[in-house]
Amino acid sequence: MTPGPVARPEGATHRSGATLARSNRRWFWLFVTPFLAGLLVFVYAPLLWSLCLSFFDARNTVTPNRFVGLGNYTYLLADRLFVDSMVTFIAFAVFIVPLTFACSLGLALLLQRITVLRAFFRSAFFLPTAVSYVIAAMVWRMTFFNGARFGLANTLLTSLGLEPINWLGGENSWYWLALVSLRLWLQVGFYMILFIAGLNQIDPQLYEAASLDGAGAWRRFWSITFPLLRPTSVAVSMLLLFNAFQAFDEFYNMLNTVGGYPPYARPPLVYLYLISFGGGLQDLGIGSAGTMILTLVILVFSFLQNRLLSIGADR
Amino acid sequence: MALTRRTLLTLSGGLAATTALAACGSNTGRTPAPSTAPGTPVASADPSAGRPELAQWYHKYGEDGVEQAVKKWAAEYPGADVSVNWVLADYEKTLSAALLTPTAPDVFEYANGPTLDMIKAGQVEDLTDTLGGARDDFTPSVLERVTYQDKVYAIPQTVDMQLLYYRKDLFDAKGLTAPKTLAELTHAANTVADGSIGGFFAGNDGGVGVLGLLLMWAAGVEEMNEARTQAAFNTSALYDALSGYKELFDSPGMVKSASADWSDASPFINGETAMQWGGMWDLPKVIEAHGDAFDVLPFPAIGGSGRQVVPFGAFSACVSSKSANVTAAKNFVKWLWIDSEDKQVEFSNAFGTHIPAKPKLFPQATKVADGPGASAAQFVTDHGRSNALHWTPASSEAYSTAVSNVIKSGADAAAEFGSAAEKVTAELQRVAG
Repeated sequence: MTPGPVARPEGATHRSGATLARSNRRWFWLFVTPFLAGLLVFVYAPLLWSLCLSFFDARNTVTPNRFVGLGNYTYLLADRLFVDSMVTFIAFAVFIVPLTFACSLGLALLLQRITVLRAFFRSAFFLPTAVSYVIAAMVWRMTFFNGARFGLANTLLTSLGLEPINWLGGENSWYWLALVSLRLWLQVGFYMILFIAGLNQIDPQLYEAASLDGAGAWRRFWSITFPLLRPTSVAVSMLLLFNAFQAFDEFYNMLNTVGGYPPYARPPLVYLYLISFGGGLQDLGIGSAGTMILTLVILVFSFLQNRLLSIGADR
Repeated sequence: MALTRRTLLTLSGGLAATTALAACGSNTGRTPAPSTAPGTPVASADPSAGRPELAQWYHKYGEDGVEQAVKKWAAEYPGADVSVNWVLADYEKTLSAALLTPTAPDVFEYANGPTLDMIKAGQVEDLTDTLGGARDDFTPSVLERVTYQDKVYAIPQTVDMQLLYYRKDLFDAKGLTAPKTLAELTHAANTVADGSIGGFFAGNDGGVGVLGLLLMWAAGVEEMNEARTQAAFNTSALYDALSGYKELFDSPGMVKSASADWSDASPFINGETAMQWGGMWDLPKVIEAHGDAFDVLPFPAIGGSGRQVVPFGAFSACVSSKSANVTAAKNFVKWLWIDSEDKQVEFSNAFGTHIPAKPKLFPQATKVADGPGASAAQFVTDHGRSNALHWTPASSEAYSTAVSNVIKSGADAAAEFGSAAEKVTAELQRVAG
């Protein structure tokens, strides 16, 4: 039996194409306008004003009148602390991007294989994504990586007969362990979900055919899963990189002390925040110039992302 | 009612729009105030209608009762309706942002008065006339810190200072005397420390933040030359001082992390350390915990030309230039921090320990009349130092970065301080321009 034409439900009214188009437009603007307005007011207007401020001597004012041209840019590019902050970002990205990528992919693959409690485990790993960076940073700082003898990590160390470590003190590089583990815990679940979505797009018949041809688990992963996940992998890599650029909350809340923010482990956003509003400084001209430099760098990476994604799409 | 997806999205859109519009509003918790032109006598305002409304900001004091007291005083003021905003954290950063907006607080406190950049940018009012004949009542060195080109930009509220708490009982048990030099302090820290208690604590950054300038002063070195045109700290005496502190920093007696930072005496009270660099404001808590088993000291001298030193400063009341009621704000500051000496004495006696900004009130300040409080007040007279107005935040940043790199990373002192001195000199030339 072949299905017949679907009957129009009783009571349904005929609507002309023009009426429908008008209705769609109305709904479109109803939904889009608030967010567009928010975007204009809270993103594009400040961005444009920052661009303007970056060419002025704007200490303690948002309406400066002394034009300095590219002076703020040349100052920043010659500033050792700003260059150090870019190095800090690179060091952070070198740790966090591959580690989160590998862990997220690993978790996604594991959860694809299990048949019981799959939804529970997905939720459990995703849950930290909902936790505030500030709250998590305080827990990490005050509980796990407290440098005092009674900190959790130090209690474990001393119970093993080892010396306690001043995790966040800066005379060693242990603070990276705290910073990287915190961000890994917070974001691994989100990227795991992206990978699961990517894995679901792969035709299972490919795996069956490969198995029949004698391909082992590693061969199937390397020859089927990894290449077909390429668009997801590129997107995840870029998102991780951008997020690394925007690192602020966990750094600031874990390392800032009554004495101020230490000179080590300052990612660019923390450094620019300190210049613009921190510790009595209020140099919005240099802070804005730094923001523009960062925006430019992110735009370059976005361009590269688009190129890489298009390569992935071609294949 | 079934909530369809379309209804939900519509509601979400509406809610977002409402939130965005609300965020664009200018409600700062202060009702609109009638405009008062400078020079208009506030006393002539009708008390029943149109009283000026002022917003006053304080940072969060750790001592119990301060918030209630300042709100009570604000309510008592007859000349205006004053609302107090008690800022819980990141006071300076929050205030810096607020001062850029039209809804900046009318009156606010700032550590050691406004920065030079705040004065030069015209963010604060000249209070010289407000101070008037009371200028001679205030401790000269405290007033000098809020004075620029003979104009006074803030009224000192109360004087605070930092000092070294040490456990006299533990020192006696080990045959140690009160350290007067950094070498003696290092020896004492390592002698008194054992598995149950640490030797010396000055913050969770190892003291680098709070002791940076003290290391300079204790070595007999100055931040800048007398003409305030050049950095003067890049000397071998400073390198030696840093070398001496690094020895303490790397020694087992140094406590680098504790249950609270240096500004809270809890680590000393809890028995985590035998010595702590802390604030005078915690003196009552320390007395309650340790009775007469402790004493206080200035920071020890370093090297042959060194000297003992304590830093002092005063949170001071400023009036924002953006205030719609500048005259009313000035009148309020005058009433509270110049005329109301009973309240100034109460601030010194009732909450922690503070030193009045006016020497003539010292006899009424019971907390500094005897014992460690009296010693602390004497330290301010004998060894007190306050950082210079021309030592800008950028200079401070450059210097403390060098200190941290030398102490924590073992960087070359000459290279680090040479670079910092260049930056400080550039800053001095900038602010002179």
